[in-house]
Amino acid sequence: MAKMNMVQALNLALRQEMEKDDRVILLGEDIGVDGGVFRVTDGLLDTFGPKRVLDTPLAESAIAGCSIGMAVYGLRPVAEIQFSGFSYYAFHQMEAHASRMRPRSQGRYTVPMVLRAPYGGGVRALEHHSESREIYWAHTPGLKMVIPSTPRLARALLVSAIRDPDPVVFYEPKAVYRAFREEVPEEEETFPIGKSRVARPGGDITLISYGASLMPTLEAATELSEKDGVECEVIDLLSLSPLDDQLFVESVKKTGRAVVVHEAHATYGAGAEVIARIVEKALLYLEAPVSRATGFDIVIPLYQREKDYLPGVPRILKAVRQTLAF
Amino acid sequence: MPNREIDIAYRVKYLSILDQEGQIDQELDPHLPGELLLKFYRAMVLARRFDERMLILQRQGKIGTFAPIKGQEAQIGAAAALLPEDWIVPSFREAPVELWRGKPMERMLLYYSGYSEGGRIQEGLNMLPVSVPVGSQMTHAVGIALGMQYRDQKSVAATFFGDGATSQGDFHEALNFASVYRLPVIFLCQNNHWAISLPRSRQTNSATLAQKAIAYDMPGVQVDGNDVLAVYCAVKEAAKRCRAGDGPTLIEMVTYRLSMHTTADDPKKYRTEQEVAEWEKRDPITRFEKYLTERQILGEGQIRATAEEIKTQIASAESRWQEIMAKGIDPLDMFDHAYAELTPSLLDQKEIVARELEEKK
Repeated sequence: MAKMNMVQALNLALRQEMEKDDRVILLGEDIGVDGGVFRVTDGLLDTFGPKRVLDTPLAESAIAGCSIGMAVYGLRPVAEIQFSGFSYYAFHQMEAHASRMRPRSQGRYTVPMVLRAPYGGGVRALEHHSESREIYWAHTPGLKMVIPSTPRLARALLVSAIRDPDPVVFYEPKAVYRAFREEVPEEEETFPIGKSRVARPGGDITLISYGASLMPTLEAATELSEKDGVECEVIDLLSLSPLDDQLFVESVKKTGRAVVVHEAHATYGAGAEVIARIVEKALLYLEAPVSRATGFDIVIPLYQREKDYLPGVPRILKAVRQTLAF
Repeated sequence: MPNREIDIAYRVKYLSILDQEGQIDQELDPHLPGELLLKFYRAMVLARRFDERMLILQRQGKIGTFAPIKGQEAQIGAAAALLPEDWIVPSFREAPVELWRGKPMERMLLYYSGYSEGGRIQEGLNMLPVSVPVGSQMTHAVGIALGMQYRDQKSVAATFFGDGATSQGDFHEALNFASVYRLPVIFLCQNNHWAISLPRSRQTNSATLAQKAIAYDMPGVQVDGNDVLAVYCAVKEAAKRCRAGDGPTLIEMVTYRLSMHTTADDPKKYRTEQEVAEWEKRDPITRFEKYLTERQILGEGQIRATAEEIKTQIASAESRWQEIMAKGIDPLDMFDHAYAELTPSLLDQKEIVARELEEKK
């Protein structure tokens, strides 16, 4: 096994799926010669040639629209949107067509495509490069919405997304891209879409998070264990749609307390749905109100204030301690 | 020198073969076999009669909103110029093309009477379902053509849209992609002069819609869109270019929507009856019937027989449609095509509907 960061792990997934299946085609802006602005597709043009790695003109709607056409035709397009902040040009295609082709044609046409995009803060970028608006996609029936948190899971989930018979929007936490390395096996590995996982077992309180927020959440859990003697069970959602509520509901039944952590805005964010499911399925097990440590309901500020906006370790610690003290 | 002109040669070809009086241009006559001409005639009359029947059904409340096609029947010439392996990506005013390609009328009636089941496309038919958001389907044809190019298929992806669609960004993105990759796409613009209430003159300041191809360095052709022969020949030519690997073509079919935008619209609010009357003189069926009659390909008896036959054909489609509805369509089917496999929470939601239905009984 080789140690890889998330960029290398994603590259491995793409490379192996392309080797395995000639229906897999990559398209996007600067993904060929340049290897993608974050280098996720580095070297793939050299290996697979311009028929399978398409440097497209700068038009996100057409990237999504062409992917839909290719998928209907029987290919497995993996489209890259350079930053999720520009994916809204593609949103219409995904909402109006990718998500609806199956019901509209009553199952005759399906859209097995992946729309990849880096999301979230933490890289000192310009405006429109740091948003966390995954809920737009998760709210859209017919789409699947996945966000990995580690290199190994990113690789496994991307393989599953490429093989999925339905359109998958795949957000990559760019704050994690090169944050750490992890053993990633050379041999094939998948992770089922629609399943979450326990990232750290514990019995005192359940912390539910995903994507880039998982790092500060795990850090907070370590600190709570060391300083407060509190054992947090950390659930990594991985799929926002379909949402696996079974794992976190079972965890909350055990701990009686929960905090949801995400970069996205609080109002109508993933936390709102997670808490609704807890209320529906585990209300009588709760010892305290479920709280949230999230981004605020404002446009994410430029990077000098980003740290004060994002839910970092202090905000998470505070939410956990308040929930425990209730 | 810094201040000079870049000389770009460009022309927009205009093609008309059969004029509104039914007179053919001898030089341009494609000399199609009588049998094919009769097929064109029959398809156009069928489309017209079916459209009229749908309007009656809509006014009786038996079907919902739909977009009438009256006046635009010559579009079948485009479908006729393509091969079965070619793909058609329609918008929502291509019922004549859908019929030509073999979509059953009962399924169209089912769709417009509010049943998703009507949207099904039978296996083997290379055509996408109706697409409602204006212009958004064009890039799908480009993607299909990318697939054809990747698989070394010498087939064609043809997409239909209206004059209004040329204002959308997706129109320009589709033309641009198709041109950059030299793809086998035929862009078929049905310029019917009205995007609901906005006239063609205010949709764009360009003299023609065909000239929008100039920016993408592809041929732009304007044809008399009410002349089925011109439409057929222009598309045939474009398909030839596609199959030879010479890339896309934009064809502007100049036609007119004689009826309303959809059944929810009253065109009297924005256009004069005089204008409509002028276009009625250019009716695609009248001129073609006159031409066929004068050439003695079609006789009075055959006109009547065709009319009768079509009447029966529509009536029997209507009975099949009624039968399907009488058998009942399970509301729970609405969950069937959400995803390849229903998620746990969709199974729960389906169960809620099942219980509600049970309680209603």
